Amino acid sequence: MEVIDYFIRRQSMVMELFWEHMYLIVVAVGIAVAVGVILGIIITYNRTLAQGVLIVCQVLMTIPSIAMLGLLLPFFGIGFTTGMLALVLYSLLPIVRNTHSGIIEIDKAIIEAATGMGMNEWRKLTRIKLPLALPVIMAGIRTATVMVVGIGAIASYIGAGGLGQLIFNGISRTNPPMIITGAIFISIIAVGFDLILGWSERRLHVAGRD
Amino acid sequence: MIRLENLTKQFPGMDRLAVNKLNLEVGKGEVCVLVGPSGCGKTTTMKMINRLCEPTDGKIYVDGQDTSKMNPIKLRLDIGYVIQQIGLFPHMTINDNVATVPKEKKWPKEKIKKRTAELLELVGLDPREHGGRYPSGLSGGQQQRVGIARALAADPPIMLMDEPFAAVDRITRSRLQNEFLRLQRELNKTIIFVTHDIDEAIKMGDRIAVLREGKLIQYDEPGKILSEPAGDFVANLVGRNRSIKRLHLIRAHEILEEEHWGVPLDTPREEIKERIEESVISTVMVIDEKGYLKGIIGRRAIEEKEGEKAEDLMEEVPDNVTDDATLNDALSVMLEIGEGYVPVVDADGLFRGTLTLNTLLDQVRSDKSAK
Ligand SMILES: Nc1ncnc2c1ncn2[C@@H]1O[C@H](COP(=O)(O)OP(=O)(O)OP(=O)(O)O)[C@@H](O)[C@H]1O
Ligand SMILES: [Mg+2]
Repeated sequence: MEVIDYFIRRQSMVMELFWEHMYLIVVAVGIAVAVGVILGIIITYNRTLAQGVLIVCQVLMTIPSIAMLGLLLPFFGIGFTTGMLALVLYSLLPIVRNTHSGIIEIDKAIIEAATGMGMNEWRKLTRIKLPLALPVIMAGIRTATVMVVGIGAIASYIGAGGLGQLIFNGISRTNPPMIITGAIFISIIAVGFDLILGWSERRLHVAGRD
Repeated sequence: MIRLENLTKQFPGMDRLAVNKLNLEVGKGEVCVLVGPSGCGKTTTMKMINRLCEPTDGKIYVDGQDTSKMNPIKLRLDIGYVIQQIGLFPHMTINDNVATVPKEKKWPKEKIKKRTAELLELVGLDPREHGGRYPSGLSGGQQQRVGIARALAADPPIMLMDEPFAAVDRITRSRLQNEFLRLQRELNKTIIFVTHDIDEAIKMGDRIAVLREGKLIQYDEPGKILSEPAGDFVANLVGRNRSIKRLHLIRAHEILEEEHWGVPLDTPREEIKERIEESVISTVMVIDEKGYLKGIIGRRAIEEKEGEKAEDLMEEVPDNVTDDATLNDALSVMLEIGEGYVPVVDADGLFRGTLTLNTLLDQVRSDKSAK
């Protein structure tokens, strides 16, 4: 009850934070997809490079989020950029790993047929490899997005804005309705992304191989 | 057209050579069949020709040009390749699969569409029924046909076919083989055809290259391979019943006889009776005025059935073969329908004559006595 009360009273502020949070996630995941997919493609051409890159991404992901923010702070200062960069780094692993394995695990015979037909590397990539790896890549993007929605809350701590602000302020003012409102909206974003991305992933599966 | 000179391939980490100093020449319009046991280097040889795999040593000339100095993409666009594992693109429709090379060659859309439909018909698929489907919606044999259509799409002068008929049952295979030979007479392509089935090699090849552990053991015409196998390996591969294998080499139209026990639709009962008595197969074929085979009348039919004319007495034709079928195909059909004969029709379905078991036996015998 108190939560709904709180939300109705502070509606415009909560919605502003909600959109700030969405913006943070969309920009971070957008950049991570661009960087991650390209990186994932590049490392399919070199085994050792692939191992190296995947290990680095793995290590990045194990750094606690508070520590990651602290490490980036001296370089990019307080605010949106630092928070967003941290989220990009976190979401790299699932995207890079899934792009890489999605392409590597395509049936060799299919690639060989494409090469034998006279397709050049670019055509093979765009017409064969990426379309076939797309469902797997989408699954990686989905994992990354859902994960980063939660971590995004912590980014508020260093002034990146977003719903985390409700939680941190709620803690310091011992205002439970504020904390709960923040938590609920973060869950809504996470579940929303999960459903939408999951649905499009299934659509990709249907259009084609099955 | 294609010349292999001392072609050698060693895969890293393998002490044996996958292909060992292979010398081979395939003339324009010729079908060269590579045959040999699993792992003897057939696929590797093919892949070196379209440069999916670089030779360790030796040279390959296509049309007199050293392929190692050619642009591999360009080379491949002019060599149709049917890979052993079929390798259709699962995310593309059958139409799009077949259109792969024409699209690479940037043909206009209309031309691609026309060509795709034409090719699907050529390999015995219905463009309207199958064209829009995905490969997973087709049987193994149908997928294999799509693989062949895809390789033929841009009408390449050279075709590399790696066990193209492996995924189909025996009967479909023999039909596809005959189709292929008929096509080849029209298209006149230079073909390297891989199989590990010696019967298929004998039937399909103008010349057969027998490989063993990467080495060329014998390169000869099918007849020569049968009559003068070079050593025990080839003799074993060919097997003991070589005379029967010769049935693969002779086509129905080559030995069809004058006498074919055909009668018109309005032949009266008495005359049919006489003809059946004369016929060595105790059967007559009923032919209409245009020359199509309409039915057969055997001894039983004439005894049991009422009616005064051939058209009232005749029964359905159990099966027939086309005149370009091999004697071996004819033999299979006879065994299947359980009769000592099979009617022969031409490509348009016109009646050409009848093959009997006796004629086949005579062929096998004359071959034996000739040796
Ligand atoms: N990429 C590879 N790396 C290592 N060894 C290979 C490779 N490809 C083939 N070989 C080896 O080379 C030899 C010849 O192989 P190839 O595929 O040419 O045989 P094949 O005659 O086509 O056999 P099959 O009838 O089974 O298709 C085999 O011993 C095989 O194990
Ligand atoms: Mg092979």
